[in-house]
Amino acid sequence: MTLTLALGAAETRSLVAGTRAALQVATVGRRIDGAGMALEGELAALMAAAQGGDAAAYRALLKACLPVAAAAARAQGLRGEAVDDAVQDTLMTVHRARATYDPARPFLPWLRAIARRRAIDRLRRDGRRPREVHDPLAYEGEVDPGPLPGAGLDARERGAALARAVAALPEGQRQAVEHLGLRELSLDETARLTGRSKGALKVNLHRALKALRASLTRGEDR
Amino acid sequence: MSDLGRHDGLVEDLASHLDPVRPLPAPGSRAALWLAAAVLLGLALATRYSAAGLAVRMAVPDMALAALGAVLTAVSAAYAAFATSVPGRSAAWALLPLPAAALWIGASGLGCLRDWLVPGAPLADAGEMRGCFGFLVGVSAPLSAILVLMLRRACPLRPNLTAALAGLAAAAAAAALLVPFHPHDTTVSDLVVHAGVVAGVIGLNALAGGRVLAGRPG
Repeated sequence: MTLTLALGAAETRSLVAGTRAALQVATVGRRIDGAGMALEGELAALMAAAQGGDAAAYRALLKACLPVAAAAARAQGLRGEAVDDAVQDTLMTVHRARATYDPARPFLPWLRAIARRRAIDRLRRDGRRPREVHDPLAYEGEVDPGPLPGAGLDARERGAALARAVAALPEGQRQAVEHLGLRELSLDETARLTGRSKGALKVNLHRALKALRASLTRGEDR
Repeated sequence: MSDLGRHDGLVEDLASHLDPVRPLPAPGSRAALWLAAAVLLGLALATRYSAAGLAVRMAVPDMALAALGAVLTAVSAAYAAFATSVPGRSAAWALLPLPAAALWIGASGLGCLRDWLVPGAPLADAGEMRGCFGFLVGVSAPLSAILVLMLRRACPLRPNLTAALAGLAAAAAAAALLVPFHPHDTTVSDLVVHAGVVAGVIGLNALAGGRVLAGRPG
């Protein structure tokens, strides 16, 4: 009850959703325990073969290590490119430390220990670099380049206003705007279509734009 | 998003440079090997031992306990150093030498206390102290070097911790080897010298050894 009062409705919903997701993960985790054991055995066999110099087994093993290393890096709080850097460090360490793997022991704890340590090393290295202390402020002040909510409505309204203004123009001016301005036809094509001279079309377009500017500016001022 | 192309390139590179390796022996076997080296060093110095003096010192309970503590510290710290040099082994192995170290330090301290409680006990002179200092440093240094070289073959993920354990093992082994040579009972100044040397050996190992272990080329 206190929790519901202290948190807003949205937070409560996300908390409930998060709990549900965690329960689902736990259930799935129990279900794939058997598969995990099989994977463990497979990886241990691949590593034993790699220690013997089997390059194909080693390649398969390293590829299987990628998601485990990435997950360990993310679990330590790394994001984006730093995850890839930590994965690379992990692969290098796996290569260097491959003699320390004891085939009689499980492989994944060995791998995870390396991945976790390399992720922590990466965090420490990044932590030592100078950072912008006002980053959170910059983040707060960042303008979302995407359309604002209601931008579609706004555009539709402006389109409708323009259509109304064009429809209200005298016939000659309307034709000039529609063909030359909106459909972007050439003067020759428009002259053929409407049977008007090019000079008349230019004059009509000029007058139409003037009239539209006047009527639309009036509309905005309202 | 994961950069798969970059990882694939590295996987190919590593797989194409794969040489067969022999899995390292278990930490216990490797620790036994180092301890054997320490015993060999002790045997090499045996010509200078005085058996009668050793018997007299071992008859004193706190000196015998201190010697036992030093030996146990050397054994357990060496095992812990090798265990922590293998990925996936718990860092809690680093706690293994603590009880033995407590016995070693506690029993040595008891020796001081006894001398303090019984006035008139002869104090070590400056020459003897220098001798102890030289012996401890002279024996710790090669034992540390051998241990760090052996540990470099593994992959210590916590290089400073592993190197500090190596320092503790080397210092304890040196202290254990010193017992038969010790020209006098433990005194406060004696303990200070020992503690200083042990701390120095551990600190130097953690500083230099940590770098050596962390910077092992791939």
